[in-house]
Amino acid sequence: MAEIALKIFRGDASGGAEKEYRVEATPGMVVLDAVLRVQATQASDLAVRWNCKAAHCGSCSAEVNGKPRLMCKTRTDEFQGKEIHVGPMRAFKLIKDLVTDVSFNYKTARMIPAFTPPAGEKAPFTMYEKDVERLYEYHKCIECFLCQNVCHVIRDHKAPFFGPRQLVRIASLEMHPKDTLDRAQFLKDTALIGYCNITKCCTEVCPEHIHITDNAIIPLKERVVDEFYDPVQWIWRKIMGRNSNGG
Amino acid sequence: MSVEKYEVHEHDVIIIGAGGAGLRAAIEASALGCSVGLICKSLLGKAHTVMAEGGVAAALANVDPQDGWQVHFGDTMRGGQFINNYRMAELHAKESPARVYELEEWGALFDRTPDGKIMQRPFGAHTYRRLCHVGDRTGLEMIRTLQDKTVASGVEVYMETTLTRLLKDGNRIAGAFGYVRETGRFVLFKAKAVVLATGGWGKVFKVSSNSWECTGDGVMMAYDAGAELIDMEMVQFHPTGMVWPPGVRGILVTEGVRGEGGILKNNKGERFMERYDPKKLDLSSRDVVARAIYTEVQEGRGSEHGGAYLDITHRGPEYIKKKLPSMHEQFLKLADVDITKQPMEVAPTIHYAMGGVRVEPETSASTVSGLFAAGEVAGGLHGANRLGGNSLSDLLVFGRRAGEGAAKYVKSLNNPLKIDEAQIESEKKLLLRPFNESGTENPYQIHEELQNAMQEGAGLARTTESLEKALKKILELQQRAQQTRVPGSRLYNPGWHTARDIVFMLTVSEAIVRCAIERKESRGAHWRKDFLSKDETWGKQNLVTYKDTSGAMKIKMMPTPQMPAELAQLFQQEPVVTAKK
Ligand code: SF4
Ligand code: SF4
Ligand code: FES
Repeated sequence: MAEIALKIFRGDASGGAEKEYRVEATPGMVVLDAVLRVQATQASDLAVRWNCKAAHCGSCSAEVNGKPRLMCKTRTDEFQGKEIHVGPMRAFKLIKDLVTDVSFNYKTARMIPAFTPPAGEKAPFTMYEKDVERLYEYHKCIECFLCQNVCHVIRDHKAPFFGPRQLVRIASLEMHPKDTLDRAQFLKDTALIGYCNITKCCTEVCPEHIHITDNAIIPLKERVVDEFYDPVQWIWRKIMGRNSNGG
Repeated sequence: MSVEKYEVHEHDVIIIGAGGAGLRAAIEASALGCSVGLICKSLLGKAHTVMAEGGVAAALANVDPQDGWQVHFGDTMRGGQFINNYRMAELHAKESPARVYELEEWGALFDRTPDGKIMQRPFGAHTYRRLCHVGDRTGLEMIRTLQDKTVASGVEVYMETTLTRLLKDGNRIAGAFGYVRETGRFVLFKAKAVVLATGGWGKVFKVSSNSWECTGDGVMMAYDAGAELIDMEMVQFHPTGMVWPPGVRGILVTEGVRGEGGILKNNKGERFMERYDPKKLDLSSRDVVARAIYTEVQEGRGSEHGGAYLDITHRGPEYIKKKLPSMHEQFLKLADVDITKQPMEVAPTIHYAMGGVRVEPETSASTVSGLFAAGEVAGGLHGANRLGGNSLSDLLVFGRRAGEGAAKYVKSLNNPLKIDEAQIESEKKLLLRPFNESGTENPYQIHEELQNAMQEGAGLARTTESLEKALKKILELQQRAQQTRVPGSRLYNPGWHTARDIVFMLTVSEAIVRCAIERKESRGAHWRKDFLSKDETWGKQNLVTYKDTSGAMKIKMMPTPQMPAELAQLFQQEPVVTAKK
């Protein structure tokens, strides 16, 4: 059986370097299989996050040959003849080996004003497919944080910008037909949506193929603009119902 | 090392595990005014609930108006072959609709019917279309909704923290002890009540749809603390797991494929389910389909890599991509199989533990004061076989009840609880053992040997001989597990974590095997090739596992609670009930 050579980053906050490991190649092997094989046979202290092995949970995010990927969805035969380098996500502080500190994402999530249906309104809600269709896309997010990892605003740490993942989340709340809150002020002043300059890097890496920029960030930006720079439009929309203007 | 200080946290209630049941319990206990700490081994939102695809079973009667709690109750009891706790099945059937609607109020989004209601799909052994779903990612929707609600409720969340020992003050629970995965530092949680929501133990088998987390740590902490366990022999094989390539072996192929018309075939191209269940065919119950595939393979009619073919190509590419998008992507990406053109290869994979901590139906209280359990870690609801979709509803119904049970219990306590340092010391010693210079065993190696032994001896088809052989191996591995040695420091060290996990896994395996030896009949998921038929006496008994005062594992019989007349009469006209085959 052929072997695969992997160069895996080993280290912690105090520093580290790539280390080469060899494992037996099996048909259809994904990078996560290879990494777990290394862990089981050669480096039991190799730190790596994973859960589902089926691209459903968003735990195994890493950089494979410099690209943000889910390791469980990245086949090793994609790199035939090439070296495979596996490293941690770069935007987040390193904890150890392939594990980074993603707590920032949980802190910002906590700050987002929660879903708030009309007071006293009880389910079952009557909602038609056409009212909720666009929400399904946002709800596909598996919180892999790969989009956060490639966003230059987050990478450069210039501001506590919430990042694409949280904007997707806010879009899902703002566009829910039963939600009553208005998060425009929050988007502008706390989530700092203005920092996004629509480079679309986030959309490119999303393993769930969510059109983060086009379908979440841009509509939210429009909302903020409407509300703060065009109050007439905003009042009009409030009177006509919040979703009458395409969202 | 033993003087090392540890981090201390204090809450009224701690919830261990942040899948559906843990989150729902946290929300409830918090709503009832308790200070709640939620502790999970992974990041929040990654728990195994996320893998659920098909849907949540609740008799809303949105598409089939004849449905109702009585029908759902009946299906669940029949599925469980009547060794379920009837009261749990009753509460579950009655309360799941309200729990689903509650999710909607918290922002969850299900597929809709044309008249704007929650859509429901058919599933194996449910009489009516009953599964509320959103495409093939219902678990994700549920966990995200509950996660956001939990966070909004002000529950304190401790991520990537593993608890390994429940602490007691006399007969009562006083907290739990473990370590923070990132730093390896020890941590103590003082709490008046503990809710276990730690899920199952599929990782003791080789071919499993479960994640690394499913090690049975929760059920074993309960056992170590003196709680009784029930139905440990009952482990469900899902009939359709992926087979090839080797890395994906065991990953789930949703029952939805067969729901959408997928047909199982052997290597002769025969639709073999015609021979095993001519009526329900491919949508027969999970235990029947799993055994059928197994038998085909054993008799030389298996697929190329030792499974069956599952073919849905006749539905056409459009339909398949619309109804089964993740399955399509999963096979294309991981197995180079385009399911719109080629059949899938599938074989049974370990999926779910029906047994677990024995609980009071109303409060989810275990037999230890202050200890509650809900979800997969608890036993009783599903009996000998769980129906698809009943797991997600179980999490909601009994997660809520456990949260409520714990909150009420906390309010009834008046004197303060003491933490016993000796218990902490003994756990510390156990945890630190693998750093001992004298050890030689690799924990991963022991785990692998255990998985092989369980797969062979206590898998789908069991005999006294195979079980005895597995037991022997387990006992041997238990000795070797005391001699593990791990390199590295305590900083995020999975090898070290595994060294403790295997201790749990070995004991849970022992319980499975001992109970399986005991139950000398075939019922639901428990298939004894040396006792092929159902036995009427066993049909009225559950097996209870507990630790006696000397520390030895004991198994005893306990009569299954008998239904009151008004429930029993639901089964009166049915031949199914008295089937003795
Ligand atoms: S589009 Fe905006 S959010 Fe996405 S990567 Fe670029 S700057 Fe970041
Ligand atoms: S939006 Fe996409 S890339 Fe970002 S966290 Fe969600 S799934 Fe990952
Ligand atoms: S392990 Fe779940 S996404 Fe890779």
